[in-house]
Amino acid sequence: MTPYTLSLPEIKSEDHPRVGGKGFALAVMARGGLQVPPALCIPPEAYLEFVTSTGIREKILMELDRKAFEDMRWEEIWDTSLRIRNAFLQIAIPESLREKLIPPLEAMFSRKAVAVRSSAPGEDSAKTSFAGLHESYIHILGTEAILEHIRLVWASLWSDRALLYRKELGLDVEKSTMAVLVQEMISGERSGVAFGRNPLDSNQAVIEAVYGLNQALVDGTVEPDRWFLKRETGDIISHHPAHREKTLVYLAGGVRLEPLPLEKQSTPPLGSSEVGEVFGLSRKAETLFGSPQDVEWTYRGDLLFTLQSRPITAGVSDGEDNRSWYLSLHRSFENLKSLRLNIEKEIIPQMLEEAGRMAQIDLAPFSDRELAGEIERRLQIGKKWDDRYKEYCIPFAHGMRLFGQVFNDVLKPEDPFEFMDLLRGAEMISLQRNRMLENLVRRVRRNPRLAESLRRGHRKAMTPEFGKALESFLAKFGDQTWSKTRFDRDPKALFALLLNMASREPIRRGSVEKDRKALEKKFLSRFDGEEKIFASELLDLGRASYRLRDDDNIYMGKIQAQIVAAVEEGKKRLRRKERFCPAQAEGQDVARALRDARFVFKKPVSSRMKPEKEKEGVRGRQLVGQPAGPGIAVGKARVILRPEDLFAFKPGEILVCDAIEPNMTFVVPLAAGIVERRGGMLIHGAIIAREYGIPCVTGIPDATSLISNGTRVTVDGFLGIVIIGETSLP
Amino acid sequence: MKEKEQIERILQDLFSSQKLAVLGTHQAGQPYGSLVAFAGTRDFKNLIFATTRVTRKFANLKADSRVSMVLDNRSNRVADFRKAVAATALGQAKETKGKERKKFVKIYLAKHPHLREFVSSPTCALVRIRVEVYYVVWRFQNVFELKVRP
Repeated sequence: MTPYTLSLPEIKSEDHPRVGGKGFALAVMARGGLQVPPALCIPPEAYLEFVTSTGIREKILMELDRKAFEDMRWEEIWDTSLRIRNAFLQIAIPESLREKLIPPLEAMFSRKAVAVRSSAPGEDSAKTSFAGLHESYIHILGTEAILEHIRLVWASLWSDRALLYRKELGLDVEKSTMAVLVQEMISGERSGVAFGRNPLDSNQAVIEAVYGLNQALVDGTVEPDRWFLKRETGDIISHHPAHREKTLVYLAGGVRLEPLPLEKQSTPPLGSSEVGEVFGLSRKAETLFGSPQDVEWTYRGDLLFTLQSRPITAGVSDGEDNRSWYLSLHRSFENLKSLRLNIEKEIIPQMLEEAGRMAQIDLAPFSDRELAGEIERRLQIGKKWDDRYKEYCIPFAHGMRLFGQVFNDVLKPEDPFEFMDLLRGAEMISLQRNRMLENLVRRVRRNPRLAESLRRGHRKAMTPEFGKALESFLAKFGDQTWSKTRFDRDPKALFALLLNMASREPIRRGSVEKDRKALEKKFLSRFDGEEKIFASELLDLGRASYRLRDDDNIYMGKIQAQIVAAVEEGKKRLRRKERFCPAQAEGQDVARALRDARFVFKKPVSSRMKPEKEKEGVRGRQLVGQPAGPGIAVGKARVILRPEDLFAFKPGEILVCDAIEPNMTFVVPLAAGIVERRGGMLIHGAIIAREYGIPCVTGIPDATSLISNGTRVTVDGFLGIVIIGETSLP
Repeated sequence: MKEKEQIERILQDLFSSQKLAVLGTHQAGQPYGSLVAFAGTRDFKNLIFATTRVTRKFANLKADSRVSMVLDNRSNRVADFRKAVAATALGQAKETKGKERKKFVKIYLAKHPHLREFVSSPTCALVRIRVEVYYVVWRFQNVFELKVRP
């Protein structure tokens, strides 16, 4: 046996720091007489040889240091992690290392399916549990597949979740390592988790059980039966049966959620003597490790296997940040499918209904006091939908990520974001809207007299056809807001936009249809039978996630528009009474002013700033962000600080903004390039830029203060770099 | 203003931690790089180095006073991709004389005391670069410009 693999009997107590918590725990349990699956541990030396000999360590360093972690949003951390993962996928294990790994793997597993699990050194030494930060893969068959998944487990040392907890984990590119556990797969018919001590009551133990694989229990897809027991005696205190409907089973090379046969739906997965046996297992583990354990187990026939054991800890503490919420965004395929159903069948219709109800209300007869109440009510409604958006819509964006990961695993593309080309083409509402705008613009381009009447703001002088097209645009999208501007309330702003768009060549979206079809075929060709169905469903889910990422914001915009309508009515009344009311006044203040004649608005602070850095002799010359839309663009910067700035946008300029809101994407087709402070590949700005083939860089901190209006800017969407000032590029 | 503070801190660190820098001159358009022992003034306005007057770099800067100087802290290790910073200074170089020489010699020898004999030699010129601008690079590709007021 080479030193690059250790079987469980070979693991000694001094190996603990090397083999990590999982590997060491299995070795202890095997020695203690518990039934554990045969396993091989691949210690960190193999990881170190891989990252050193392939140059991947430098790649990780460069990816992690694109920008300061404090400046990165969670989405950027995910992107960074995906790039690192792709590097591990792209680079094969060198021959010298293969020679050390293959013989022991083949000797032990031959043609058996295995689980390839992370076993990061030190992960169990922390006071809190970091379970789930690194990857584990189940049902891996064949030596080559095992080697590939070893690389993926190594890559997960740099998973987005691990990066979020980098400080607690002490992640360091030059020091951190990863051990891997390759373990024979035990496809149990009944599985679960035993908690040697109930975290909520130290006198109790808890046993959870499901039919099928326990992966579904761990990720919350299948509800388990639950037993509470006396810790002292093992006596059952209570049994809480689950609503048993589904089971996760191993099918044709993958796992699938299946309906649970009727006879099992009415029978608990464990009989009372089996509950006792599982409890005995948790006690034995506690004796072996010296503290209450959280034990994963499975029954194959009547034989009880221990899959893993770890100390019961307080779990990852949330502290004062949002990290546990971010972690909850990682959803399983099944979870995302039901989320989609919920969004499409309930959330969106309810949102439209809510906006429609508000639109029906005539605000004119309201007294000032009543109007103030209505503004506050609408603000509450807005808050409710913001919360629901965060709870349902944001997590659904993970559908794109899940698809991307599977796409990269099977196709190993050089560009880790190539999967987005396959998601494109979904009929997003913002694209429909832009097409309707383009239709209006075409008429303006053809008819100079119409252009002139728009310039003067004369609606009456318009041709009937144009008037009809305009009405149908306003009927569908007139309530669109960007910040405080609504098209139907301020047609002059819309006319200015149409004239602006008419002054440049029509938008020509590159035809990607053919490439997309070919890529789709290539992706699906990597799957067979049942797996092919899963792949198609996953692609469909990814597309829905991509489309809804943009669309749900348009729907949110409709709610927002009704809030704006009430606030604008309030402002109008205040001004009629000659009370000072700033254009940017918040709804809450407008409501207060309507109620209280003595209320005084604060004078607005001008947001029109010169980039302050320039004043002190400091100027950004080259800024690094994330490459979010490939291509190179050179042009004058148009920095968007206020809604009005958007209407001054000229075709061919570089759009520089804090974040592209879906309601402002109508200006995107005019832009030669996009620079955004908010970072990420899967944010609205990046998605819409990709749709139009516009070079885009996101995640430039202080973009709007480092770049000034009119400055020549080069956007390198391949590398994610923005160069300020003249360059030699054409 | 975090960028200005960051740039000034980087320059201060480079001034104190680095002894050598690369001077860029040219001869009839042909660029020429030389490693020199340098010192910088606290206000970042001046970079000083010593050279004998018979060197090619001295001839070059006499013919065209426009020069560059690259300061960096690379260690030729993997960590450089994360930690290394570099600053390229552009400015005008001129040999110092009289009082001005005295003032700059003091600063220069405080950093390089072992060069006392070299600097005192009648053939050695102490050259001052009046810096106009620094281009400071960190995190591999982030580039900021700091204009130095005359």
